[in-house]
Amino acid sequence: MPAIALTVNGTPHGIDIDGRALLVDVLREGLGLTGTHVGCDTSQCGACTVHLDGRAVKACTVLAVQADGHEVLTIEGIGTAGALHPMQVAFREHHGLQCGFCTPGMIMAGLDIARRNGPSVGPEVVREELEGNLCRCTGYHNIVNAIMAGAQAMGGMQIVGGAPDADAPTVSAA
Amino acid sequence: MFPFDYHRPDSLDAARVLVAAGDDIKFLAGGQTLIPTLKQRLAAPGGLVDLAGIASLRGIAVGPGSVTIGAMTPHADVAEHAGLRAVLPALAGLAGLIGDPAVRNRGTLGGSLANNDPTADYPAACLAFDAVILTSGREIPAGLFFLGLFETALEPDEAIVAVRFPIPRRAAYEKFPNPASRYAMAGVMVAETADGVRVAVTGAGQSGVFRWEEAETALEAGFIVSALDGLQLPAEDMIADIHGSGAYRARLAWVMARRAVARLA
Repeated sequence: MPAIALTVNGTPHGIDIDGRALLVDVLREGLGLTGTHVGCDTSQCGACTVHLDGRAVKACTVLAVQADGHEVLTIEGIGTAGALHPMQVAFREHHGLQCGFCTPGMIMAGLDIARRNGPSVGPEVVREELEGNLCRCTGYHNIVNAIMAGAQAMGGMQIVGGAPDADAPTVSAA
Repeated sequence: MFPFDYHRPDSLDAARVLVAAGDDIKFLAGGQTLIPTLKQRLAAPGGLVDLAGIASLRGIAVGPGSVTIGAMTPHADVAEHAGLRAVLPALAGLAGLIGDPAVRNRGTLGGSLANNDPTADYPAACLAFDAVILTSGREIPAGLFFLGLFETALEPDEAIVAVRFPIPRRAAYEKFPNPASRYAMAGVMVAETADGVRVAVTGAGQSGVFRWEEAETALEAGFIVSALDGLQLPAEDMIADIHGSGAYRARLAWVMARRAVARLA
């Protein structure tokens, strides 16, 4: 069994894994971070979306060994029950969830959208870029509103830590 | 997924040695096709040689007359590269239409070309721009690279290093994506190059990407939408499946070609 080094939500871990393990399985079963969900397991639904070195990826379509030596951010790493991330607050305020199963992936995808498009991202861009995240309650309208509000509330700050994001665009590309 | 050995070398030479050690050892690029294939046990390589550790395979160089993109450059980087968007927006735009954002963050140019899925987007750009595929051993013109469904001119131990795209005078890509998968039902790149008009069609043909020479000839005579009036791709050569008949795809490719010309004319 290979041993890999993963930094997850800022904490370094050394983990022995099955060489064919998927990143999502190591997060859930190896580290107990069950906020990242497995919906389809076929790259379609986006419930397993996490950030790998700052970019949204589908953790069911990344081998854990590929992430060896890299940084992972999961839904557990962005906020706590007592101090929600602005994107989480926006999902609550805009009722951006119904059953909640897709929500961790939606929020991690939403953070990636905010990172790349800045605080004034518009509904067309958000809808287009949610292509890879499925909500089977079909509640996209409020999810789109939540991501726009969350991006606005983040105001171009980095996803975690609250420092200004030097790379973030300030004006929507739309 | 069946077990396999995993290697992540930091040089191309080391990668070639590793992959040459056995017939069932394969290169791994972004993994957005290969990993799902492994999960379904449709492929069971004994070893994977991950190219992600080779820094020189990643990056975009915009030079006079051409753009060279490293094989391990993810689609997202191609889509967002300011220099590329300035000189060859049709290629950056094409990259931004692949899959979804999370897939674009992992999937790579080289992986897409080596897989040669008949509904992938990049092959259309390679044929239309007369690109050159730079591999670990040679340079392969795009016209000689794509051999058929999921088949290329690559040898088993040969890796794509980069792709050199000559910059056309103008070009536009129009794609009708499958609404679920975002793969092309028909994608057409129309380019006006120094050597003439080139029209490449992906997503529709049974043998993968192809040049539509009849459309090229018609557009040479007059670069206007109506030049394509009356042209028809042979339905029997098009993909027919649950998503659409051959006749549907032939018509769709024609419509995409018209839209691409309309954007340029």
